[in-house]
Amino acid sequence: MPFDFAHVDTGATAWLLAASALVLVMTPGLAFFYGGMVRSKNVLGMLMQNFFCMGIVSVLWVLVSYSIAFGGDNKIIGGFHFALLNHMTEQVPGYTDAIAQGTPPLVFVAFQLMFAIITPALYTGSTADRWKFGPFVLFTALWSILVYAPVAHWVFSPTGWLFKRGALDFAGGTVVHANAGAAAIAIALVLGKRRGWPGGDFRPHNVPFVLLGAGLLWFGWFGFNAGSELHADGVAAAAFVNTNTATAAALLGWLIVEKLRDGKATTLGAASGAVAGLVAITPACGFVSPVGSIFIGLIAGAVCALATAIKGKVGIDDALDVGAVHLVGGILGALLIGFFGTTDLNTASKDGLFYGGPWSVLGEQALAVLATVGYSFLASLIIAFLINLVWKMKMTPDEEEVGMDEVLHGESAYQFTSLGGGSHLSDLITSSKAAEEATAS
Amino acid sequence: MKLVTAVIKPFKVEDVKSALESLGVHGLTISEVQGYGRQKGHTEVYRGAEYKVDFVPKIKIEVVVDDDAADELVTAIATAAQTGKIGDGKIWVVPVETVVRVRTGERGPDAL
Repeated sequence: MPFDFAHVDTGATAWLLAASALVLVMTPGLAFFYGGMVRSKNVLGMLMQNFFCMGIVSVLWVLVSYSIAFGGDNKIIGGFHFALLNHMTEQVPGYTDAIAQGTPPLVFVAFQLMFAIITPALYTGSTADRWKFGPFVLFTALWSILVYAPVAHWVFSPTGWLFKRGALDFAGGTVVHANAGAAAIAIALVLGKRRGWPGGDFRPHNVPFVLLGAGLLWFGWFGFNAGSELHADGVAAAAFVNTNTATAAALLGWLIVEKLRDGKATTLGAASGAVAGLVAITPACGFVSPVGSIFIGLIAGAVCALATAIKGKVGIDDALDVGAVHLVGGILGALLIGFFGTTDLNTASKDGLFYGGPWSVLGEQALAVLATVGYSFLASLIIAFLINLVWKMKMTPDEEEVGMDEVLHGESAYQFTSLGGGSHLSDLITSSKAAEEATAS
Repeated sequence: MKLVTAVIKPFKVEDVKSALESLGVHGLTISEVQGYGRQKGHTEVYRGAEYKVDFVPKIKIEVVVDDDAADELVTAIATAAQTGKIGDGKIWVVPVETVVRVRTGERGPDAL
């Protein structure tokens, strides 16, 4: 139906445009969160995979993927009605409530784009240190169109089958996090283990970067979660407060596990716990109370910290624990709505088991999780497997030893080390010569 | 002349420097090094995964002195660098054939 530009809700429009910018900054934030955790020879490779998503996904979004997600009223997939961002005088099919009448269609395009950018960036964490750039680009382009767009349609489009069934996913716990987490495990399986894993020295090269990245993620996530109300109102405020509360509680939960299990609370653990909390509260942030958020955060922080031990036991080299944080965290958040959901703050929510609600709420959540994770894992596995047949995805062991930065990009991240990286000695010679000449004259 | 080489804990470098200054030592050279002795390495834990760090960061100090000053110097370094805990380091002394001061061309003990 045609959009009435004469009656734009300026408050909601302004908030959503600002929220879109907040969500964009999560991707460079994620780049530093991941980049700090790899070894120094691979930091540019990691940053590049994340930053590059802002390029490829944005262009594909305009060309076709937005339309596949939102340009039609089929239950399974959109269409080509919005391809090339045509027909931007019409609102998304099925999106007819008062809120939808207040914000111009392109605002929704911009906001949803930022989610489409960060989702593939999330799976790069499991592939750290070994994924060649070309196959990564091809995979990400195909994945955006064949996996992200359809799943976004199922859950976020008012005509999608999971949306219609009443699955609750406020800001993308299934579409973004469980989806990316399942893909991350599939890609790690096809790529195989890194040279020397497990047992080798894979210590993070820059934990301060990890903290910086986690901070940027936390900041941007307010746009992600509170923006997902698509309006500037009380539910947006509830989502905002719940996001902060769960993140804080998860930070504590992760550190408690570390203190009991490893003897020391670590800065890496604090950053990881915060991100686990952000992930888990994402689907629930508009549907639970602040006290419910504390429980969700504590559970997510503790469970995700324990889940990092799984990869070693099953022998899957999920390098930066995307499975433990995003897959486990996203699933937890979606399922916990079945317990902590409450209509107190949001009439669009449902009462979960702890608020006298029926088991069917949990059942619908479980179905949404199963459908998303199942489709994402299988489709990702097939795409990665087929690409790998014709274009070997993994660097050779020798290339791994040299590192992604030099082999894939012909660059080195740091010039101030005297061990490798080059120009330190010549700089020293030049500058001391200049100082000598200055003294002489 | 003797070359005294000491490998010590990094945070002890200032103490050793002051001890040598009070003995009238005119100059020394330090470098950042890594290695292990009986201390072996240590372990670091990231997200529950233990990593063994074999090479521990240390500071290497090198000083060239007159033959008769070497003993006193070694004692001073050992006293200043000692914590009594494992990993305090090692000191060794080797003979030096000659020393040249680059600026003037002086040789031998005069160049120290």
